Amino acid sequence: MTFGGMNLGSMNLLTLFRRQRTAPVARERLQVLLAHERMAAGNSELLNVLREEILAVIAKHITVDRDKVNVKFDRSASSSTLEIDVEMPAIMPMGQPQTAGAAAA
Amino acid sequence: MAKVLVVTSGKGGVGKTTTTAALGAALAQAGENVVVVDFDVGLRNLDLVMGAERRVVYDMINVIQGDAKLAQALIRDKRIDTLSLLPASQTRDKDALTEAGVASIIEQLREKFDWIICDSPAGIEKGAMMAMRYADIAIVVTNPEVSSVRDSDRIIGMLDSKTAKAERDERIEKHLLLTRYDAGRAARGEMLKTDDVLEILSIPLLGIVPESVDVLNASNLGSPVTLNSPTSPAAKAYFDAARRLRGEKFEVAIPIQRKSLMGRLFGRRAVA
Repeated sequence: MTFGGMNLGSMNLLTLFRRQRTAPVARERLQVLLAHERMAAGNSELLNVLREEILAVIAKHITVDRDKVNVKFDRSASSSTLEIDVEMPAIMPMGQPQTAGAAAA
Repeated sequence: MAKVLVVTSGKGGVGKTTTTAALGAALAQAGENVVVVDFDVGLRNLDLVMGAERRVVYDMINVIQGDAKLAQALIRDKRIDTLSLLPASQTRDKDALTEAGVASIIEQLREKFDWIICDSPAGIEKGAMMAMRYADIAIVVTNPEVSSVRDSDRIIGMLDSKTAKAERDERIEKHLLLTRYDAGRAARGEMLKTDDVLEILSIPLLGIVPESVDVLNASNLGSPVTLNSPTSPAAKAYFDAARRLRGEKFEVAIPIQRKSLMGRLFGRRAVA
């Protein structure tokens, strides 16, 4: 009986001290979220300009779907990357017969 | 030379109006000529927190529209004669805040006062934009809590791009004022720490105002906390912030927990 009582008491103490610290979670969630939001706010203009100019250059040589050009900018503490993703059509430019495999390369 | 300050935050309820009143009074108590300006058209409250709600005759919109002279709209504080208030309109639409009108009022105020403190409404709409538009210095009021920190980050981005200073390629001076800080909760890992918020927002710290009943009591009575309870920890934080704004340089003291062990245990039980 006494043993049971003690056990219960120590469990209460344990849960008291083991309570999860939520501030570190808040901090991490904020850091991830704000990294994205800052990028979106700061580079929306730049990304649009880049996208249009890249499209114009490619369009001189190849017909591409406007919606298939994706420009992404990623910034982390140590480095930044600019990722340009252009999906090519299966048909080849300037009447030269080529295979789809060559186009993808 | 006059300085234009904006007290802003993005999020509502973090303490912008309380801060405007307390900092305005603290600067005026130090002998500076100060005007506090309410930009919250339609939801004005600075008059109430300053205890001047029954003395409002004309407001900023009346001045912008030429229905009153600036001197008629300014209300001089009854306790500190170097402190004045320019109230917002309670009935008009915020579209009445024109850029040219606000520019003209700020120019006129610059001639009369050392400090022009603009109390921004919450949000990122026109009222908030007009409050920050002509500022030299911004005080970003933030609670150590996720939604407040996120909104502050957004506001910092706007201060750097949408103000007249930013458009002239000048830097707007920005300061963080951490309010409603609970040292006990921060120590227990339940509330973001000062360093966390500073690291995330990366602007210099102007002060830490502890969560306190003195602030509520002061606004109940319509008196800035620096006047109503000048020796309280919250008032001290505002006095120190005012000294830093006047150019003094000294460390910001991070509030420490003063509760006893029993107090902590009971406090936790009550919350849980």
